[in-house]
Amino acid sequence: MKAAVIVFPGSNCDRDIALALEQSIGKPTTMLWHQDTNVPDVDLIVVPGGFSYGDYLRCGAMAAHSPIMREVKRRADKGTRVLGICNGFQIITEAGLLPGVLMRNKDLKYVCKDVLVKVEDSQSAFTAKYKVGDVLRIPIGHAEGNYFADEATLKELEDQGRVAFRYCTPTGEITDAANPNGSQHNIAGVFNKARTVLGMMPHPERLADKHLGGTDGRAMFDALVETLA
Amino acid sequence: MNKVSAITPEVIKTHGLSDDEYKRVLEVLGREPNLVELGIFSVMWSEHCSYKSSKKWLKTLPTTAPWVICGPGENAGVIDIGEGLAAIFKMESHNHPSFIEPYQGAATGVGGILRDVFTMGARPIANMNALRFGDPKHPKTRHLVAGVVAGIGGYGNCVGVPTVGGEVNFHASYNGNILVNAMTVGLAQQDKIFYSAAAGAGNPVVYVGSKTGRDGIHGATMASAEFDANSEEKRPTVQVGDPFTEKLLIEACMELMQTDVIQSIQDMGAAGLTSSSFEMASKGGMGVELDMNAVPCREEGMTPYEMMLSESQERMLIILKPGKEDVARKIFEKWELDFAVIGHLTDTGRMVLKFNGETVCDLPIDPLAQASPEYDRPWVPTVKQAALASASVKDVPWPEALKTLMGCPDIASRRWVWEQYDHMVMMDTAQRPGGDAAVVRIHRSNRALAITTDCTPRYVKADPFEGGKQAVAETWRNLTAVGARPLAITDNLNFGNPQKPEIMGQIVEAIKGIGEACKALDYPVISGNVSLYNETDGSPILPTPAIGGVGILDDLDTMATVAFKAEGETLLLIGQTNEKDGWLGQSLYLREIAGQEKGAPPPVDLVHERKSGDVVRSLIRGGKVTACHDLADGGLLVAVTEMALAGNIGCRLENLVAKPGVLFGEDQGRYLVTTKDAGTVEAAAKQAGVSVSRIGATTGKALSFAGQSVELAELRRMHEEWFPAYMAAPK
Amino acid sequence: MSESSEKNVKAKVHITLKNGVLDPQGKAVEHALHGLGFGGVGGVRQGKYIEVDLPQQSDKAKAKSQVEDMCKALLANTVIENYSVEVVD
Repeated sequence: MKAAVIVFPGSNCDRDIALALEQSIGKPTTMLWHQDTNVPDVDLIVVPGGFSYGDYLRCGAMAAHSPIMREVKRRADKGTRVLGICNGFQIITEAGLLPGVLMRNKDLKYVCKDVLVKVEDSQSAFTAKYKVGDVLRIPIGHAEGNYFADEATLKELEDQGRVAFRYCTPTGEITDAANPNGSQHNIAGVFNKARTVLGMMPHPERLADKHLGGTDGRAMFDALVETLA
Repeated sequence: MNKVSAITPEVIKTHGLSDDEYKRVLEVLGREPNLVELGIFSVMWSEHCSYKSSKKWLKTLPTTAPWVICGPGENAGVIDIGEGLAAIFKMESHNHPSFIEPYQGAATGVGGILRDVFTMGARPIANMNALRFGDPKHPKTRHLVAGVVAGIGGYGNCVGVPTVGGEVNFHASYNGNILVNAMTVGLAQQDKIFYSAAAGAGNPVVYVGSKTGRDGIHGATMASAEFDANSEEKRPTVQVGDPFTEKLLIEACMELMQTDVIQSIQDMGAAGLTSSSFEMASKGGMGVELDMNAVPCREEGMTPYEMMLSESQERMLIILKPGKEDVARKIFEKWELDFAVIGHLTDTGRMVLKFNGETVCDLPIDPLAQASPEYDRPWVPTVKQAALASASVKDVPWPEALKTLMGCPDIASRRWVWEQYDHMVMMDTAQRPGGDAAVVRIHRSNRALAITTDCTPRYVKADPFEGGKQAVAETWRNLTAVGARPLAITDNLNFGNPQKPEIMGQIVEAIKGIGEACKALDYPVISGNVSLYNETDGSPILPTPAIGGVGILDDLDTMATVAFKAEGETLLLIGQTNEKDGWLGQSLYLREIAGQEKGAPPPVDLVHERKSGDVVRSLIRGGKVTACHDLADGGLLVAVTEMALAGNIGCRLENLVAKPGVLFGEDQGRYLVTTKDAGTVEAAAKQAGVSVSRIGATTGKALSFAGQSVELAELRRMHEEWFPAYMAAPK
Repeated sequence: MSESSEKNVKAKVHITLKNGVLDPQGKAVEHALHGLGFGGVGGVRQGKYIEVDLPQQSDKAKAKSQVEDMCKALLANTVIENYSVEVVD
């Protein structure tokens, strides 16, 4: 599998995701500067976490309108897998690759901690190594992760089974108390229609190494390698 | 020279120069200064930049060891951590600005200390902070806590450097003077370390980063003046941080440092362009000539005086090797940062500033630096208090006392604070906040740095010498408790007005105590910062020499944590408890349960400290213990509870005398460990001449002792509840 | 620069959350105002105000449509936000 990570001014999880991918792929990942016009032929494009353009104006808004994102959209339309994590999720919703928007957390504060998420779908290249109903421990770190979409969009997402992960209790119940940011339907991650684009607030790369306290995120990268090899 | 603005006694006074100091200005110059020059004298001779009150005593601190690459005097200290790598770190205060505008004050404090570290060639890998606030009941405290924590998070999270730990204390003495001490640790290749001494007449002087505005003009002199009720009027001079630009600046500098174009580099910290250009030239014995028309300005009509004194953030000054301007310019343009050649080095030994074709400043650098005031201020030793007889202290049933302590402001869980900090970015945080020390892996290796900050100001107040020793020893102990080998410290000395002999006495004795501990533990001071005049209307803070310690773990797989790992393991206490009664003088038990702050603080026996620490560390590294925690605030039962809560496993205690001093005393140099092999632990301790005793076993979901028991769930609730409830309470 | 151009057209852009979109910041401000004793406060919605200088543009109608394009492209997220543009000299 070949993967590329896009680096915007202010990205700060670019090196992290590249390392997590390298662990699973066995070779280094291509880093693309946001002004690069040549996007190499890859199987996976990652839009990483961080504070692109300082989160100024709206999280992800300015990065979403950078030239490279037009190319990312073109590739996504052709089926190249795209993964947006945290700020990357904000960027790809702003860019229109996924519906909805990430709003300010309900308690207004930035929060960094491990959360539990329930796997809602295992029919994608990202989630193939999980089982529906698995409860994963994956960290979050954001102030704007409160997923919002209008009723019609939400219904469409639910009807088409496009919710990838939901915040949950240790036993997999979907409750308000388990929701760290107030997102609608406890949504932590969503797919596009073809399940080739995934946006998620939790950082799977941050728990893919035993020295960091957990490995639940690792299976996502292993799954991508197996599916896209 | 330009038209001389009238230098009246009033103007001199507003620049914070004493009559004597102004006389010295006249001697150095042989004439009256103009306003630009006066401004430069005032910042260079401020307490903040010159350390004029503390220098005499700071010189007594041990600063060398075979592993010290660069001690105090540079932007940050540098130590050898093996395999060709260096750790670069420093702690610095941003107290006054944070009181006036907590969000921006704290944010720019983080930005400043980051620059001190990456300017030397290190990629920042961890931030820490030591915070002191006033009484929780004081009307301003909640607002200040909220603002400072948000500011630290807002800046650190955005730049993508994990904030991995720190400390938060509350005490009424900080009501009008909070302390915000920020520390950054960075990692560099030993052959790629950059210093600030300028060299090479003709070499270009380059300005990079953000544009200069009118922010914080005279921040450095403000930070050296006592507060009064009018201080809040000073708000407009507080600088605003831009962490996005800082992130770009880090990446641009890291990229530039991979090339071979930098002769020397320094960040523009307090007193911005003045201190950076002056210090770089001074250290290298050079002169410098700057064209003020070339300085990138954010506002129109800025004067040279404003440009030289502005404290706009996210700026650096670089001396390039000859002819390397284009290589450097390309990198900064890629990162969309300002880049301007603003002058060149000379061999005249003078600082010359030109503006609109006129010379607006012409100062002799070396004489100005040489004449920098250094005071031997009068001091009196602190009157020591008698040791408190522990038997005289109110005895409260242990479950009640423990619950109170676990939920008191100084012990309650700081989760509310550190969950607002990204403590995981960079994917090397092997031990998150809440343990004895943060542990940050050295990227792509199995080694790690352990980092902690500590100080117990109530001990320092009661006995500055013992308190100074204790602050150092506690950092050493915390690093040891995770299995690390302590290497060096940075000190951030926060005190009141040094012109008062009793405050100067605190400074002198605390520094002596720090020095004594550093010597005994082979643990030198490699960087630091002094913050004086922390007083409001004559009322000083508790003396607070915050210490940041750094150590190395050679094998991450042997790292210890505080959490109980399994039921049925033996709990042992390693280290000497004072006689049978335990030490309650200046303890949190005394303050929170008995309502008293008195007695001598627990003494630190540095020989014992080293012995007990060395045996604990070797047990951890040998894989003989399953958990380890040092004993600090609240003593034995608080430490046991913290271990139990972290592992969600209870404990049955035995072989302890049911006296408050034994259960809650704060005798120093002690650790708790759990093990499957108590015999080995006992043998190792006895062989080292360190006392050791089995005091219980891990079991169940409660803490039980002497026929009474408390559920972990209840202790957890007490521990976790205080901070969020306090912050959510209506104003 | 600014002194030399005779007419300096400036657009004032107000960006507000659409009705029905939860505004936690507005709610927090509302709550705080109530806490301060401003009993008459019914609701608070927080938005953004942006000024765009257009030194090259002297035609106000053109300027307005130009800035409206900017709103659609970047300044506002029309999934959740409304915008209004006012052009002044």
